[in-house]
Amino acid sequence: MTIKDIRDKFKYTSRTVAGRPVVYLDNAATSQRPAEVLDKYLNISTLSNANIHRAVHTLAVDATDEYEAARDAVKEFIGADDRREIIFTSGTTASINLVAFSFGEAFVHEGDEIIVSEAEHHSNIVPWQMMCQRKGASLKVLPVDDSGHLRIDVLETLITPKTRLLAVTHVSNVLGLVNPIPEIAQICHSHGVKILVDGAQGIVHQRVDVKKLDCDFYAFSGHKIYAVPGTGVLYGKKELLDAMPPYMGGGEMIETVKFSGTTYAPLPEKFEAGTQNISGAPTFIPAINFAKEAEAVEAETSKIRDYVLDALTNDPRIRLFGVPRETSEKIPLFSFCVEGAHHEDLALILDKMGIAVRSGQMCAEPVMDRFGVTGMLRASFAPYNTMEEAEYFIKSLDRAIRMLV
Amino acid sequence: MYEEWLDKYEYLIELGKNLESYPEDAKTDDKLIKGCQSRVWLDYELKDGKIWFRADSDAIITKGIISLLISVYSGRTAEEIASSDFSFIGEIGLRENLSPTRANGLVSMIETIKRVAKENL
Repeated sequence: MTIKDIRDKFKYTSRTVAGRPVVYLDNAATSQRPAEVLDKYLNISTLSNANIHRAVHTLAVDATDEYEAARDAVKEFIGADDRREIIFTSGTTASINLVAFSFGEAFVHEGDEIIVSEAEHHSNIVPWQMMCQRKGASLKVLPVDDSGHLRIDVLETLITPKTRLLAVTHVSNVLGLVNPIPEIAQICHSHGVKILVDGAQGIVHQRVDVKKLDCDFYAFSGHKIYAVPGTGVLYGKKELLDAMPPYMGGGEMIETVKFSGTTYAPLPEKFEAGTQNISGAPTFIPAINFAKEAEAVEAETSKIRDYVLDALTNDPRIRLFGVPRETSEKIPLFSFCVEGAHHEDLALILDKMGIAVRSGQMCAEPVMDRFGVTGMLRASFAPYNTMEEAEYFIKSLDRAIRMLV
Repeated sequence: MYEEWLDKYEYLIELGKNLESYPEDAKTDDKLIKGCQSRVWLDYELKDGKIWFRADSDAIITKGIISLLISVYSGRTAEEIASSDFSFIGEIGLRENLSPTRANGLVSMIETIKRVAKENL
C-alpha cells in the first residue's frame, strides 16, 4: 500500500480549487472518506435498510448484524474488554454530553469539583460547565505551559477530596501534542478521581488502547477517522456505565414500560435511545480497516510531519503553538500565527492557491486567550497527503506571507 | 485562474493598507460588525446631509473590502445608499464572497451600511 494507492480511494483528489488540484489540509476538522466507507453507507442504505434489533424480517436482521459487527470492530480497535462498553453516539460532543449528564446525576453533588484542561475544545468544557451549574459543583482548570504541554506537575494541587472527574484531551485540536494519559490517569486514580479522555484527534494518528491509557471514558467521532458524519463512540468502563442513569429516554433503551414505572435495558442499549445511525455506524468497519491499512505509509507521514515542523519552527516570521520536546509526541497538526499577517488573510490567499487550511479560534477560545491571540492558522495532514503537497504548502505560505507583510 | 485571484487580493491588500486611519478609541463593541471571522469596525458621521463612513479591520483583505465599500458609499445621502442594489459587488468579481457562509462577512458589512442608511432616512 502506497500513498498513491491510498489517494486512489479518495475521489476528492481529482477535484480542483482555483484551477489547481486541491490540497486538503483541514483533516483535523473532518477527514475525507475512502470509497469503501461510502460503498458501505450506500449498500446499507439501499440493500439492508431496516430498523435494527426489533423486527424479525431478513432486512432487519442484516441491518442489526452490520450495526453490531461495527460495535465489535470498534471494541477490537480500541482494546476494550467488553462490547457492552461501546456506546454508539452521534459524535464526540454527544459522547461527552452523555457522560456530563449521566455521570453527573450518579456521582456529582453540591460542592464537588470537576477539572478540565486549558487546552480543551469547547465540547469538553461547556458540557461540564452546564453540569456544574446543574449540580452546584465547580470547575477547575489544569493549565498548559508556554510550549503547550499540560502542567501535570500542578495536577495534584488541584485535586481535593471533592474532585470527581478530570476531563482532558488525548491530543489538543490546536496544539497537536499527545498528552501522557497513562500518567495523568494514574495520578487521578490514586486520588479516586475518574478520567474522561476526548479522543477526537487522538484516535486518528495512533493506535489507541483504552486499557493501556487506563481511562474511565474515551470519546471520539467517526467523521475524523474516515467514517461518515453523525457517528461517534463513547467507551466507558462497564461498572461506571452500569451505575449511571440513562441520558435520553425513548425506544430501545427500555426493558419494560408501565405507567407505574419503567425499567431500563442493559448496556449498551440503555444509552442508545431512539433510532440510531443505522446506515452510519456500520461505516466504522471499513473506516477502521482503512486506518489500519494506512499504517503502511506511517513512515512517510512522519517524514511529512518532520519536514513541516522543521520549516515552521525555523521560520522567524512564524510562531508555532504546541512545540514538542521530541517529534514523536506531535501529530501532523500545526497551528501557528504569523507576525503582521492575520490568519483569515492567510487562509483566503491559500484557498486561492488551492490549499484548504483552517483559520480562527478552532472551537478553543480559552487556548487562544492563553496564548494571547485572536485566532490561528491550522494545517493538519492525513495519510493521503503527500510530501509534494507539504512542500507546496510551505512554498505557498511563504508567498502568502510576502503578499501581506 | 488563481493568479487572477491573487492579483485581486493584491489590490484589496493595497486598498486596505491605504485606508484612512481609524481612531483606536472608536474600536468599541457597538461598532463591531457581527458575523465576520476577523474584527471589523464601522463608524460614521453625518455632515452636510451626507453619511461619511470610516472603518478598520485587523485582517487586511477584509479591510480592503470595507475600504472598497466605503469609497463607493461614503459621502452619499441616506436615500442614495438605501436605493443602491449593491450590484457592483458582483460586477467586480466579489460575488463569490457574498455567500453568507464566507468567513469575511461581506454580507454583514453591506447589511450594516444599509442599516445606517435606513436609520438616517
